[in-house]
Amino acid sequence: MSEISAEQVAHLANLARIALTEDEIQHLTAELGQIMQAVEQVSQVATADVVPTSHPIPLTNVFREDVVGETLTQQQALANAPESDGSRFIVSAILGEEQ
Amino acid sequence: MSELTRLSAADLSAELSAGNVSAVEAAQAHLDRIAAVDGAVHAFLHVNPEVTLAQAAEVDRKRAAGEQLGALAGVPIAVKDVLVTKDMPATSGSKILEGYVSPFDATPVALAKAAGLVPLGKTNMDEFAMGSSTEHSAYGPTHNPWDLDRIPGGSGGGSAAAVAAYEAPLAFGSDTGGSIRQPAHVTGTVGVKPTYGAVSRYGSIALASSLDQVGPVSRTVLDAALLQDVIAGHDPNDSTSLNESWPSMAEAVRGADLTGLKIGVIRELDGDGFQAGVRQRYREALDLLASNGAEIVEVSAPNFQYSIAAYYLIMPAEASSNLAKFDSVRFGLRQAPAGGGTVEQVMAATREAGFGPEVKRRVILGTYALSAGYYDAYYGSAQKVRTLVQQDFANAFEQVDVLVSPTAPTTAFKLGEKLDDPMAMYLNDIATIPANLAGVPGMSLPIGLAPEDGLPVGIQFLAPARQDARLYNVGGALESLLVDRWGGPLLAQAPELAVSTQEGTR
Amino acid sequence: MAKAALMDYDRALELFEPVIGLEVHVELNTKTKMFSSSPNSFGREPNTGLAPLDLGLPGTLPVVNGEAVKYSISLGLALGCSIAESSRFARKNYFYPDLGKNYQISQYDEPIAYEGEVEIELANGRVFQIPIERAHMEEDAGKLTHMGGATGRIQGAEYSLVDYNRAGVPLVEIVTKPIYGTEGDAPEVAKTYVQTIRDIVIALGISDARMEHGNIRCDANVSLRPRGAEQLGTRTETKNVNSFRSIERAVRYEIQRQAQILADGGAITQETRHWHEDTGATSAGRPKSDADDYRYFPEPDLLPVQPSAELIAELRAALPEPPAARRRRLKAEWGFTDLEFQDVANGGLLTEVALTVEAGASPAAARKWWTGELTRLANAAGRETADLATPAQVAELAALVEAGTLTDRLARQVLEGVVAGEGSPQQIVDARGLAVVSDDGALIAAIDAALAQQPDVLEKIRDGKVQAAGAVIGAVMKAMQGKADAARVRELVIERAAAE
Repeated sequence: MSEISAEQVAHLANLARIALTEDEIQHLTAELGQIMQAVEQVSQVATADVVPTSHPIPLTNVFREDVVGETLTQQQALANAPESDGSRFIVSAILGEEQ
Repeated sequence: MSELTRLSAADLSAELSAGNVSAVEAAQAHLDRIAAVDGAVHAFLHVNPEVTLAQAAEVDRKRAAGEQLGALAGVPIAVKDVLVTKDMPATSGSKILEGYVSPFDATPVALAKAAGLVPLGKTNMDEFAMGSSTEHSAYGPTHNPWDLDRIPGGSGGGSAAAVAAYEAPLAFGSDTGGSIRQPAHVTGTVGVKPTYGAVSRYGSIALASSLDQVGPVSRTVLDAALLQDVIAGHDPNDSTSLNESWPSMAEAVRGADLTGLKIGVIRELDGDGFQAGVRQRYREALDLLASNGAEIVEVSAPNFQYSIAAYYLIMPAEASSNLAKFDSVRFGLRQAPAGGGTVEQVMAATREAGFGPEVKRRVILGTYALSAGYYDAYYGSAQKVRTLVQQDFANAFEQVDVLVSPTAPTTAFKLGEKLDDPMAMYLNDIATIPANLAGVPGMSLPIGLAPEDGLPVGIQFLAPARQDARLYNVGGALESLLVDRWGGPLLAQAPELAVSTQEGTR
Repeated sequence: MAKAALMDYDRALELFEPVIGLEVHVELNTKTKMFSSSPNSFGREPNTGLAPLDLGLPGTLPVVNGEAVKYSISLGLALGCSIAESSRFARKNYFYPDLGKNYQISQYDEPIAYEGEVEIELANGRVFQIPIERAHMEEDAGKLTHMGGATGRIQGAEYSLVDYNRAGVPLVEIVTKPIYGTEGDAPEVAKTYVQTIRDIVIALGISDARMEHGNIRCDANVSLRPRGAEQLGTRTETKNVNSFRSIERAVRYEIQRQAQILADGGAITQETRHWHEDTGATSAGRPKSDADDYRYFPEPDLLPVQPSAELIAELRAALPEPPAARRRRLKAEWGFTDLEFQDVANGGLLTEVALTVEAGASPAAARKWWTGELTRLANAAGRETADLATPAQVAELAALVEAGTLTDRLARQVLEGVVAGEGSPQQIVDARGLAVVSDDGALIAAIDAALAQQPDVLEKIRDGKVQAAGAVIGAVMKAMQGKADAARVRELVIERAAAE
C-alpha cells in the first residue's frame, strides 16, 4: 500500500492545485513512500469494532440563532484582493466548469 | 537590560496596579529589549511601536480615570502570527499571506485587548504551524536564546524565544501536536495547551481543526494561569468552543498542593528514545514530587505508540482542506505563470510559489490520505486510533489524577540538523501528540538543564478534559519546589544575549 | 451549436426504456446564511453584506443556522423521509473560484433525511410515486460573471468576476432514486416532480421558490436501456435546467439524442451536459474523471446534528397537507372542469391559484389571471409564470375588477405594471391613472360633448333605435381614454333620452 508513484504524486498535486516542479515530484515521491510506510501502522489496530472519533470532545446540536450579525463593507471585503474591479474579484479565464 | 523586562507578568501587573510603572513604560522597556536582541533571536515577524505604545497609553488613561481593569492590564504580550489581527499583519509564517491584515481580531487577541493586555507584535513560527523547529518559517528561523545555533522548537518557536529572551513576559501560542509545549521544553519556559474547546479557535489560522488549541506561553506557571483565565470561555463563533464556566487557574497555582495527588508515569513515554539527560532530570522531578506528598504510579497507554502515525494522517488531511482557501482570489499572494494562464494555472502557480516545502509535503500527504480508495485505510483508520488513544487516557485517569512524561525526547537540536529528515522531525512530537488526539490539556514546564549539553529540559503534565486546573496545581507546586532548589528561576542560568545597538527588528 | 442527430421520440421509446433521476436544489429563505450570520437576501450590490466566512477569510469558522436545520427537517418530513437520529456535515473539497474556502460544506454519508416518497399527478391524471433517496443540507456558492469573448459564457471568456453574495445561502439538495416505469411520460414526470417540490416548499414557507432567482434548480439524470435489459444504461447529467418547460424539453431531448447514438451502435459518455434554452439542445460538458475526487471527510469545525424526537414530532405536526391530498381538495373546492384544473396544474400554478383564492379572489378570477394574461406575458418574456406576480397582487387586481374600478382591459395594463415591478395594483392604478371613471358628473359632461357632435342620436333612441347609443358610447370611451365603464355610459345616455 505504501508504494507511491511519481505519477500519483503528480495527480495529487493537481488535486491540491500546486504546480510542483519535476524535481519536487521526484523528491516527494520518495519521502511520501517513507512517511506512508510509517503511518500505515494505524491499520494494525484500527479494527472494524473500533468507532472512529472525529471530534476530541463530543458535543452535538450547536446552533446559531437566525439573526443577522455584523457584516463587512464592500471595501473591507475587497481590501485584500489581488485584483478587483471595485465591486467584484477578478480572476483569469476559467478552464473547468462548475461542479 | 531594564529590570522591567525581567519581571514576571504577575509581578509587573502588581507594579502597574500600584502605580509604580506605567503601561507605556512597560511597553517601551520590552520594545527596547526587542530592538536590542531580536536581530539575533528573530522571535518577531512584526513590531509596530506606535500602535503598541498607543494601546499602552490607553490603558494608562483608563487606570488614571479609575476604570476597573483586568488583572493583567498594561502587561505586554507577544502574539503568534497564526492569530489574525486588525492592526498588525497575520502571515502564519507563510509567503502566501505576506502583508495580510484581517478585518477582525482573533477571539483570544480581542479578549486580551479587552483585558488591557498590550500586544507587542507578531511572533515567528513554522509556516502554517507545520514544524517543530521554526525553521519552516518563510521568514527565516528563530534562534534559541540558550544557544543561538539551536532551534527554539516549533511551531511556536517565536513565542517561546520571545518569552525566554525577555522580549515579552507573555505570549500566545497554538498547539496542534505540541507547538506550545515542545518550544517551552527546549527554551526553559512554560507552555500550556488547554482542553480542546476551552479557548476559542476563531481567528486562529487553522492547521488541523480538530487538533488546534490556542494557549499561553510564559516564564512562570502563575503567568500562564493568569493568561488562561483571560482567554478561556465560550465563543459563539466557534462551534467546538465549550460552553461552560471555568474555575480560576491562577487560584489553582496559588493554592497548589501535592498532598495525596496521584501522578501516573506513562510507561510508553520513558524509553530508550529519550536523551539520557532528559530522562535524568525527569526522574529527579518525579522524586521531588514523590518526596513532597504526591503518589507516583506507573500506568500504561498501549495505543500511544500509534499516535504519531494517526496524527500524521489526520493533521495533513485536515490541513490540506484548511489550506485550500489560499488560492490568490480573495486575499494573499497571486503568482501568474509566465505568459499568463487560466485561473486554475494561476492558483497552482501561486500555491507552488507561496508554500514552502513542508507545507507542500503535508498538503500532498493529506490529499492522499483523503483520496478515493484510501480514505478508509488512512484517514478512517487514524480516526479509530484516536478512539483507542482516548480509551487509554480514560483508563489511566481512572487510576490517577494527572499523567506525566518528558515533554520531548531531546533537548534543542542544532538548526539544520533534522531539516532534511521529515520523519526524524516528526518524532519530536511523540509525547505531545496524544493530548491533541484526545483533546485533553497539557502543560510543559522547565525541570533543569541536561548535564550533557546544558540545555533546558521540560516535563509534561496531562489532565482529563476540562480539568486544566489540575495541571496548574501540580505545575505550580513543582515549579515552586524547583525554584527553591535552584535558588531562582531556571532562565536566570541562561547566557546573557549580546545586545545590539542596531535596529534589530523589522 | 449544432443539434445532435435525434431519434423520433416514439421510436426511441419503442427501442428503449428511459430511467430518470433528479437532483433538486432548494434555497431556503432563512434570514441568515447556512453557516454565517450575514443576510440571506437577493439583489444586493456585489460583495456587500458579507461575513468574513463567506469569503473564506483566514481564521473564520462556520456555525450552523438552527432555523435552516428545522426547515430541512420539515422538508424531509414533507418528502416522506426518515430523519436521521444523527447527521453530520462533511467537506466536499474542490477548487473553484466561486467557493470562498475551496470546499463546500455539505453532507455525505449521514444526510439529515433519507428514504422518502412523493406522489405526483400528471396533467393526464396519471399518478407516480417518486422514490426519494436523501435530502441533505449544504451551502450555495458565489456567482461568476464571464467577461470578454463573444458569448458571456465560460468558453472564450478572457476573465471572470466573482461576487460572493450568494456564497453560504442555505440549500437542501433532494436526490431521487432512479425513477422507473415513466415511459413516454418521463419528461412530464420530471417537470411535474419539480413543480410538486416547489408546491411543497411554498406550502412550508421555507423558500422564496422563484425559479428565475435560482431558488430552485434541477439537474436531470437520464439513461436508456434496451427493452428487456436488466442493467441500467450509462447516464448523463444535464445541469441547472432552471425552468419547468426546460426540464421537460431537456429530458425529452436527451432521450432522443441517446437513443440515436445507441441505435447507431455508439456508446453514451458519462458526463455532465448543459441545456441551452435558445437552441433547445444539450451540449457536452465535463466528462466524469479522476478530478471528481472530492475527498469528503467529516467537517471538523462542526458537530453532529441530533434532532430530538420532540422537535421532529413538533415539525411533523406543523406540516401542510401532502400535495396529492391538497390537489384533490382544491379540485373539489374550486369547482373547475377537468380541463380548467389541468390547465392550472400543468402550468405549475396550483399554489399560485390557491394562495390567490386565500387572499380573497374567486377561484375563477384567480385561474383566469394566472393561466391567461400572466402565462401569456411569461411566455412572451421567456420567464416562469409564477415569478411574474405574487398571489396577493393578483388577488388585489381581481378585487379591483370586481369592484368596478378596473375593466378587464385596464386590468391587463395594470398587470403589465405589476410585472414590470411598478408596485401593487392599486399603486399602479394611482400612478398611471388607470381607474375607471365612476364619477357620473364627468361621464355626463363627456356625453354632453358627444351629443353636441351628434345631435340626432337622442331622437333615434326615443324612436326606439337604442343601438344608436353605440356611437355616443364609443365617442365617450375614446374621450375618457377607455377608463369608463361602457355599461354605465349606456345607462346614462338612455336616461338622458328618456328625460328630454
